[in-house]
Amino acid sequence: MSTTTTPQPESARISEASDLGVFGTIAEGIRLSPAMRKGIGFTIVLALVATAGRLIVPLAVQATTDAGILAEGGVDVALVLRLCAIAAVGLLLTGASTSWVNVRLFCAAEAGLAQLRVRAFRRIHDMSALTQNTERRGALVSRVTSDVDTISLFVQWGGLMLILSSLQILGATVVMVVYSWQLTLVVWAAFVPMMLLAPRAQKALSAAYGQVRVQMGALLGAISEAVVGAATIRAYGAGARTGQRIERAISDHRNAAVRAQTLASLAFSSGVLLSQVALAGVVIGGVFLGLDDGISIGALLAFLFLVQIFVGPVQNATEVLNELQNAVAGWRRVIAIVHTPLDVTDPAEPARLGPRGPAAVEFTDVSFAYPGGEPVLQDINLTILAGARVAIVGETGSGKTTLAKLLTRFMDPATGTITLQGVDLRDIALSDLRERVVIVPQEGFLFEGSIADNVAYGRTASDTSQVAAAMSDLGLQEWLAALPAGIHTQVGQRGESLSAGERQLVAIARAYLADADVLVLDEATSAVDPATEARINRALASLTAGRTSVAIAHRLSTAEAADLVVVVDAGRIVELGHHLELVDAGGRYSRMYDSWVTQSS
Amino acid sequence: MSGPPESPSARAYALPGGALRRSLLLIGRGLAAEKRTFAIAIVGSTVFGAMLVASGWVLGLITDHVVIPALAGNGVSTTRIWQAGLALAGIGLVTAVSVAVRRVYAGRGAFDVQAGHRRQVTRQYLRLPMSWHRQHPTGQLLSNANADAEAAGWVFQPLPFALGVLVMIGIASVAMLSADPITGAIGVAVLPLVLVINAVYRRFVNPAITDVQHQRAVVADGAHESFEASAIVKSLGTEDLEEQRFARVADDLRAANVRVGKIRAVFDPTIEFLPSLATLGVLAVGAMRIDAGLMNTGGVVTTAYLLTIMAFPVRAIGFVLGDLPRSLVGHARISRVVDARGYLTEGSGELDSRGGMHLAADQVTLSVPRREADGTQGTQDLLSEVSFTVEPGQTLAVVGSTGAGKSTLIDVLARLADPTSGAVRYDGVDAREISSDYRTRAVALVSQQAFVFEDTVRANVTLEQSDDWTDEDVWAALRVARAEEFIRALPDGLDTVLGERGTSLSGGQRQRLAIARALIRRPRLLLMDDATSAVDPVVEQQILRGLGEHVGGVTVVLVAYRTASIAMATQVMHLEGGRVVDRGTHQELLARDPGYREIVTAYQVQREQVL
Repeated sequence: MSTTTTPQPESARISEASDLGVFGTIAEGIRLSPAMRKGIGFTIVLALVATAGRLIVPLAVQATTDAGILAEGGVDVALVLRLCAIAAVGLLLTGASTSWVNVRLFCAAEAGLAQLRVRAFRRIHDMSALTQNTERRGALVSRVTSDVDTISLFVQWGGLMLILSSLQILGATVVMVVYSWQLTLVVWAAFVPMMLLAPRAQKALSAAYGQVRVQMGALLGAISEAVVGAATIRAYGAGARTGQRIERAISDHRNAAVRAQTLASLAFSSGVLLSQVALAGVVIGGVFLGLDDGISIGALLAFLFLVQIFVGPVQNATEVLNELQNAVAGWRRVIAIVHTPLDVTDPAEPARLGPRGPAAVEFTDVSFAYPGGEPVLQDINLTILAGARVAIVGETGSGKTTLAKLLTRFMDPATGTITLQGVDLRDIALSDLRERVVIVPQEGFLFEGSIADNVAYGRTASDTSQVAAAMSDLGLQEWLAALPAGIHTQVGQRGESLSAGERQLVAIARAYLADADVLVLDEATSAVDPATEARINRALASLTAGRTSVAIAHRLSTAEAADLVVVVDAGRIVELGHHLELVDAGGRYSRMYDSWVTQSS
Repeated sequence: MSGPPESPSARAYALPGGALRRSLLLIGRGLAAEKRTFAIAIVGSTVFGAMLVASGWVLGLITDHVVIPALAGNGVSTTRIWQAGLALAGIGLVTAVSVAVRRVYAGRGAFDVQAGHRRQVTRQYLRLPMSWHRQHPTGQLLSNANADAEAAGWVFQPLPFALGVLVMIGIASVAMLSADPITGAIGVAVLPLVLVINAVYRRFVNPAITDVQHQRAVVADGAHESFEASAIVKSLGTEDLEEQRFARVADDLRAANVRVGKIRAVFDPTIEFLPSLATLGVLAVGAMRIDAGLMNTGGVVTTAYLLTIMAFPVRAIGFVLGDLPRSLVGHARISRVVDARGYLTEGSGELDSRGGMHLAADQVTLSVPRREADGTQGTQDLLSEVSFTVEPGQTLAVVGSTGAGKSTLIDVLARLADPTSGAVRYDGVDAREISSDYRTRAVALVSQQAFVFEDTVRANVTLEQSDDWTDEDVWAALRVARAEEFIRALPDGLDTVLGERGTSLSGGQRQRLAIARALIRRPRLLLMDDATSAVDPVVEQQILRGLGEHVGGVTVVLVAYRTASIAMATQVMHLEGGRVVDRGTHQELLARDPGYREIVTAYQVQREQVL
């Protein structure tokens, strides 16, 4: 998972984030989420109307003051009332359009983000196993969850604010210029430094918040030590040491959070200061201007209200920019997923395969290396006859599992070909291949739901009776009968209510129902109690009957029963033959076998 | 850690009483915990409120005494004009400083309260016995110390602001009413109205936000499950099915988000609309009052301006009211940890430092509370009357099927838990009477789930508990644990950092490292809870053989499945359902205990079936 290795041409890696600029990212993000653009024209028109509403009060103040309260010959109450009534109606209408804009924006943005989420999710499944493994599972999950949520959060709070605030500042400026261009300059002069400094302040702020996240990670690490390592800590009396570490992590996190908060507070209060300076400037400038007959009292009062329209957006500028930056960073990470090239793809013109039934498999001069690593497999030549039971044995890291992944086309070999019924795997439609070649992985992963749901997973038409029949074909009725709800027993999250061995049983039943021509078995290893292990092996025997099977054998009992044993060492096939032949040959296999027999008797 | 037994604190961490009392207690205790910080924040906030009102009041004065006379040509001196401007700028400066003080100190106080909760919770994690830990899922404990501690302190961020706003509302009401009772009444009426609408808004939006959080978790679970199943998805070609499933939960989340958006879309403009409408009201009524000669223009300006600038701060009270339920829930969750009791008592006895330990279990029973199907509280025996002795230097193998109580027994032997009745004796002395220093020096435990600290290889072995261990000692322990080879291959050898953000080890490698941690201590009693399950059988044999030579005369209790490991034991104990089924040599048990025979001969039976 190192990020320093250069990508090799044969496999794509998931990049940390796309390298698009801020505007490029937003444009690409919106392009990938077409629902976001739906009805955007009308939304903008509504937004303009909504913004105009913010200017009603200052305008009303000016008009009522100049024409009503300070009218020649005393207060014109009727006019003031009329103006106030008109303004109130205006407020109502523009308020309604503000609501409407919000709703439209939310709906469009969320619909678009849902599209983006699903799109990225699908892309991850379409990547080869190799590409998927360039990222941790948890990191992949965050690309379709928290990264998209960051964008959503921005759209809901910051984004809307950014749009409305910009329009608000624009509208206020226009009105101010109409009243007095000189005073407008005064207001702008007060806010320009803030606008220029905001991006810089935002950078400092985002670095400070980044530090908070780092310290949060360290804190969680320290706390999990006390929780996950509870037994070890108690057994070794190491509590004081862990306690100090946690203490330090809590303080570090607190200090980082206080620092970020202090920076944010200073940025915010500078905005407060500037707005007050602008206010004072308007009063002084306005009175002097007024002395030269440049501005009316009403207009000057209106200015005081217009300054307030500036205050909010400018005070919050650093925080909104910070949210924008977070959102863009999230967007970049999601876009990187969608832009990751696929290296295992469907052929343009899929070859036709012969009829279903046990199939022959052939490896010709196959080599494979993980990106930036040593070759894992070299010059693999192997013929597997239709219906043969093959066991692949070798030490951890010898390349056994890689062979299985190539045969199921989770990834493609660097050189050489693998054929099924004489057809190159790369020329077979993936949907055909998935029907014919099925793997039972080492970790029998289960989805939350019942055993029946899991066995029938992926089959559209399977019903309970089919599942029950499969279970009895595999000799598992006895086990099912002992469970609280039989076939309807809930397996819990990731199947955790069942033991590792029981999960494996369900995975075997699932593969049985999938009815493949070629089965690839990655056998379960440790932590299975012996009774379950015996049950697994009986079920496996029923599963492989009448099919071609390739088993990655961790227990040599599997090799004993195979038609062909393939011994892999350091990426090469070093021995090949029947169990008895290899035992007699006195080579690597016979040594492995001796040690196994000593172990298990 | 079983440090000195804490005297049970005088009051429970949990808050008693109804919602109101609990809210007040939560706030009171938090403020009391960080008195100085919150006092500064509240002073800052009060000054801010006063200044906000002052700026409106001064603006009114300036309107009447500077702006109107000057623009009407009634000869106002230039000095007066500058004074007016400076007064406003001065108020601005004090306002800005008070905002900074309030925000900085409110944040500091809130983070200190959070950190305080975190300390309380994590200290408990180190203090409470293993039996407590085993009853609580890891995820829950992590979130108690993280999200719940944060939530419990959350309300303290807006609290000083809200308290300052209360003062501000008081002063503003006086200022507005003294400008003119009628327009003032309009202004004074609007503020509580904003508050009420905000409270209603919170009531609607909070459940909707909770729903969004729930849907987010559902989406995350769905994605996690699906990606973890990627091998199965690929193998069975079910990408379309997975996409449909995910699209469904993503759409639920979208709908939940839109629901929150719609609520906000209605309330936000309403809350903004109210002060604006009131301002118009003040203008209209004010015009009539001026006409009647009952007030002047400055009074109208003061009232209208105050309404405009106070609309936002008033919402701070709403923030506090909105955050309180969340903080109460967070506090309730961490209280369950902080108020938990059952610390193991500390003994004062000593143990010899040499030779194998004489270990005895005498009628050891361990019961835990269990909720019965009918909801009543019952108990369940994890161990019932387990008795045995192991002579110094001998090895006892514990055999039993999953759930037989093997790990629980090891817990009790290591005194990670105390028996409900009966006793474990080290060299004939009740383990409860031995000081924890002596115990941890004499007894070493290697669990099935080998724990690796996020630290260097060296620190993982020594736990920095003694300066006497040289690197040579560390290597020697690693050698016996068959970990030397892969540690030598690490980039920085003993200085390589392991764990989450360091080099990751395979299950077997972790187990071997954990064994080295036990061996360097040259323990007198070694407890191995299926500690080699992920280690290759050949390597396991080498470790077990090396162990005796390295430590010399150590007493060993090991939980094992493999026949070869069991064969190393001088005696075997078959445990089922927390009870001893039989005890004797491997051969004796094979001959007379059919259950034992079934467990240990499963591999053999299997091979005979296959051949």
